[in-house]
Amino acid sequence: MAASTNSDQKYYLPEGMPAPAANVDGLEAPFWEAVQRHELLVQRCTECQTYQWGPEWLCHNCLSFDMGWVEIEPRGTIFSWERAWYPVHPALQQGLPYIVVLIELAQAGNIRMVGNLLGDPEQEVVIGADVEAVFEDHAVGEGVDEPYTLVQWKLPGS
Amino acid sequence: MAYSDERTIRGKVAIAGVAETTYYKHGTTPDPEFRMALEAIIKAADDAGIAVTDIDGFASYSNDRNDPNRLATALGLPELKFSNMFWGGGGGGGSGAVANACAAIVAGYADTVVVYRSLAQGQFGRFGQAGGGNVVRGGGAFTAPYGLMSPAQSFAMRVHRFMYEHGTKQEALRAISLASYKHAQSNPRAVMHGRELTEEIYDNSRWIVEPFHLFDCCMENDGAAAMVIASAERARDLKQTPAYVLAAMQGSDYRQGATAHNAPDYPTSNFKTLVPRLYEHAQVTVDDVDVLQSYENFTGGVLMSIVEHGFCEPDEANELFTLENLSAPGGKMPLNTSGGNLAECYMHGLELIIEAVRQVRGQSTAQVPDVNISMVGSGPMVQPVSDLILARDTGEGS
Repeated sequence: MAASTNSDQKYYLPEGMPAPAANVDGLEAPFWEAVQRHELLVQRCTECQTYQWGPEWLCHNCLSFDMGWVEIEPRGTIFSWERAWYPVHPALQQGLPYIVVLIELAQAGNIRMVGNLLGDPEQEVVIGADVEAVFEDHAVGEGVDEPYTLVQWKLPGS
Repeated sequence: MAYSDERTIRGKVAIAGVAETTYYKHGTTPDPEFRMALEAIIKAADDAGIAVTDIDGFASYSNDRNDPNRLATALGLPELKFSNMFWGGGGGGGSGAVANACAAIVAGYADTVVVYRSLAQGQFGRFGQAGGGNVVRGGGAFTAPYGLMSPAQSFAMRVHRFMYEHGTKQEALRAISLASYKHAQSNPRAVMHGRELTEEIYDNSRWIVEPFHLFDCCMENDGAAAMVIASAERARDLKQTPAYVLAAMQGSDYRQGATAHNAPDYPTSNFKTLVPRLYEHAQVTVDDVDVLQSYENFTGGVLMSIVEHGFCEPDEANELFTLENLSAPGGKMPLNTSGGNLAECYMHGLELIIEAVRQVRGQSTAQVPDVNISMVGSGPMVQPVSDLILARDTGEGS
């Protein structure tokens, strides 16, 4: 997929960034497994129906340990954003600047997810703009033994 | 009053001695970190006019590497009655470590407690850089693969939302940085002494992450700082004018530790529940505050923190945050009068507490006239945060 304006790049950010994984206790595993199927799963309490993100072993609202996972629509709105110009990781030396967005998911109790906004890294970003999720599949690579999928975001029609 | 005198530390404890080592640029201290901690502690005891062997407790924060047991052993202390670490990273625990020391003294656990911080990052890891390894697990997996890794990036996201909601201008952040650099020019201890900052230099400086320019971000430094805390009664007989503690405490708001930027109240510095308790314990209002030291990891957090302490409404920040208003001696709200984390030294905010004490004593290099109430805010946007209110006169004939 053409995630970046830099056609040499396979992904929005340069290769060599840290790969995501669930904690050793497996708390976030359902999410990372689902995104590889291009499904967006979040926690929802089976008792009181409260959405919860990031994941935890119990519901912060009713203290039930029966947290379920539900699939939600892969769309949201931009809640905040930033354009990064400093390479906080060596792999980013060749990928500056880039945009990180915080997406609010109104259909899931206004929980939020962090991702990159695809397209021109110097584009104007508008808080409140609607966005759609893009599942960015990463192959096995240097120091990364398992494929994984990141959830990125794009403006509709872009 | 919801809190009886028996359940506050108000007026019962004082900061009796303060000191620091030479402050160095990052990675340039000739001395090991532990040696600097020892030097700062010995100098603080001397400033207070006590014997080092009077020290019987230690409190620190941000996972300081210099273990109280090693300190007590190295200093030949006859007895170690209290050793304490404030949880959480960054500068959130500066005032909180003082609070813990005060509580220990009021409870009778110890009599002379030293709060300290020593930093020589070049000898260990460095802040603001991601660690090695190609897999990140748990909460960090929701941010790091997207290039959101550093404290500057974590906090820029919150600050951007605040600026959007309240129409805050970049000039308001700039004023905080300009004031710190201005105050550093009269402070020979400051690492940025002799390095003036102008509006033009700020505006032309590179972005680290929008909305933070280079000069919106704290420095990284080497050095150590320490202070001696004792009962008010004892402090009155020591060498210096006591800085009486009216209130010191920590706090954190509802679910502020939620991962992946899911704190329900997002554009906040995390002081909202702490501040009312603080003023109630101290029995002061925001109007009583003569001079303020507010922890600057990044300027945006300072602004949000000052709003949450009641100095202005969120929508009034553009008017309050001007260089004139923030400057000692005559500004409406003199701020970070030693230069602080931006321009004196990034001593994780312990230098701000030392400066608050010097303002009470009349020893600051940017002295505000007739200071009685001197306040410190520690660690905006981290969890937990903490605050400290000092006074020259507790109003009770002390």
